[in-house]
Amino acid sequence: MSSTKELVIEMLNTLGVSVERLLSEDVARIQVHKNKIVGLHLVKGLRVEAEEIENGIEANVEVEENIKIEKPIHLCFGVMPEEGIQKVKLNLRAKEGSKSMILAHCTFPNAKNVKHLMEANIVIEANAQYAYFERHVHSPFGGVEVIPYASIYVGENAEFSTEFELINGSAGKIDFNYEVKADDKSKIEMVARISGVGKDIINLNEQIELRGRESAGVIATHIAVRDYSSANVKNVLTAIGPNAKGHVDCKEIVVGNAKATAVPVVSVLNPTAHVTHEAAIGSVDAKQLITLMTRGLTEEEATEVIIQGMLSKKHKWGEIIEKFLLPD
Amino acid sequence: MDEEKTILNVLDVHYLTQENLILKGISIDIWSGYIHAIVGPNGAGKSTLVSCIMGLPGYEIQKGKIIFDGEDITDLPVYDRARRGLTLAWQEPARFEGLKIKDFVLIGAKNKCHRKAEEVLDLVGLDPKKYLNRAVDKTLSGGERKRIELASIIAMEPKLILLDEPDSGIDIEALQKIFDLLELIKKQGITIVLITHSPVVLERADHAFLMCCGRILDKGSIERISNYFRSKCIPCDHNIPG
Ligand SMILES: Nc1ncnc2c1ncn2[C@@H]1O[C@H](COP(=O)(O)OP(=O)(O)OP(=O)(O)O)[C@@H](O)[C@H]1O
Ligand SMILES: [Mg+2]
Repeated sequence: MSSTKELVIEMLNTLGVSVERLLSEDVARIQVHKNKIVGLHLVKGLRVEAEEIENGIEANVEVEENIKIEKPIHLCFGVMPEEGIQKVKLNLRAKEGSKSMILAHCTFPNAKNVKHLMEANIVIEANAQYAYFERHVHSPFGGVEVIPYASIYVGENAEFSTEFELINGSAGKIDFNYEVKADDKSKIEMVARISGVGKDIINLNEQIELRGRESAGVIATHIAVRDYSSANVKNVLTAIGPNAKGHVDCKEIVVGNAKATAVPVVSVLNPTAHVTHEAAIGSVDAKQLITLMTRGLTEEEATEVIIQGMLSKKHKWGEIIEKFLLPD
Repeated sequence: MDEEKTILNVLDVHYLTQENLILKGISIDIWSGYIHAIVGPNGAGKSTLVSCIMGLPGYEIQKGKIIFDGEDITDLPVYDRARRGLTLAWQEPARFEGLKIKDFVLIGAKNKCHRKAEEVLDLVGLDPKKYLNRAVDKTLSGGERKRIELASIIAMEPKLILLDEPDSGIDIEALQKIFDLLELIKKQGITIVLITHSPVVLERADHAFLMCCGRILDKGSIERISNYFRSKCIPCDHNIPG
């Protein structure tokens, strides 16, 4: 048993956050190392059934009706050795009127050949609020392959926000697919912030279908690619419902021999719906760069400050989670 | 005034673009510890001159020399000039998405502690509690952005600041605050060179240069330059460099 606990501590120690906080009594948590559930602690109104499958786990998670879980629920998925496969099948249901936040850490700090596959089916029922923040901690070697797939349904008047952050270590190879279907008056926010170095390959495919009346959705993608890395971003936002509103924001900073493409597909299938779109792809802004150089930074240092600024921008729930992570 | 110390020496500086000679042999001496103004009509070459002094990319001079604090900096890149205590603030400061004010103001600071960030924000009249964690982005007003720029410059503890039109885009009240701030900066022993074509701004300086068509026409007391500027330059439309 003690070795399991040590493994938990070892994983949590790679996250650069207060381990004590993450292990406190009032914080629900599920910790998974490779295909073993190494830690599980629940709070009132949160139901989890999990089982180990070949190379991973399958979990059914439910937040009960009208339950409000104040502290973020902490998920930690890790592979500590240099090699390994981890598959996560997650079925999550946030029931009517519930409110919950998940903070997920995926840590592969020593990876040379690690594959992390996630398949999530998420249902946010009417009037529920659900936020999911996923932070990756990767080795600097580029030996990680991350393949998340999520299909999300957001019910009437419900709120869903998700943020994917990969700015520590080498991204490796990412193949990211998220699809959201939004019902009447629902609100969706989807943010990805990713940093590519070396030969990283980043593929993102994010889709929101605003089916419901007065539904609203935002897709924000901020990526920096350096060295020989590349990023391909496809943002698809379709407004179908009356008075649906959408916005796509894609920023990619390209440095060195890196490459980036962005394909925004915005469609409006109802005359009362409205979708806007902004994209900026290229090197860092010259005025920003020179400003920092007049403060004594070299061009390389200034570029890094600008990139870190762009990558650090978070959505509103991300700030709450961030505060939770800070030491007292 | 013989015992005055010269902090910046611009010697016969020529700057030309593909088509035009913009600076036609500029020579100025900047004494340490004062507020100096460079006035002149639109297109006189004022912004070009400070860009050359700062050594911004694309503003490499073809002839002349720039001596700063006794050292020839003509061939130094921007950041090396900055590290020696020379810096510049623009008319319209850049905005940085996601970069926190507390981090921005300390970018060039010698002392990078949290206290310093609070101190310089206080100094420019912005409540640190309200501003430290905001970003240097579009949500700031023009006046706030300018003050944050000055805060970041004060934190650097430079020897000389080049200010391009500190009065542009702000109302009279905000301008008053900026000037109080400039007095404060001066009290810390920092020399200021400000560019303007406003007689009101000019009056707040200790000494002035008059620039027209890429040349320095005159220099001296504020009264003298101001009179000349009001009576001759403002009515004159001789503002295209020939
Ligand atoms: N890179 C450039 N290429 C071509 N012409 C330039 C360049 N930079 C400046 N100029 C020209 O040089 C002249 C001086 O410009 P500058 O911006 O220095 O004037 P200024 O005195 O600062 O004017 P203002 O008061 O309007 O700010 C102008 O005629 C301008 O068009
Ligand atoms: Mg100018």
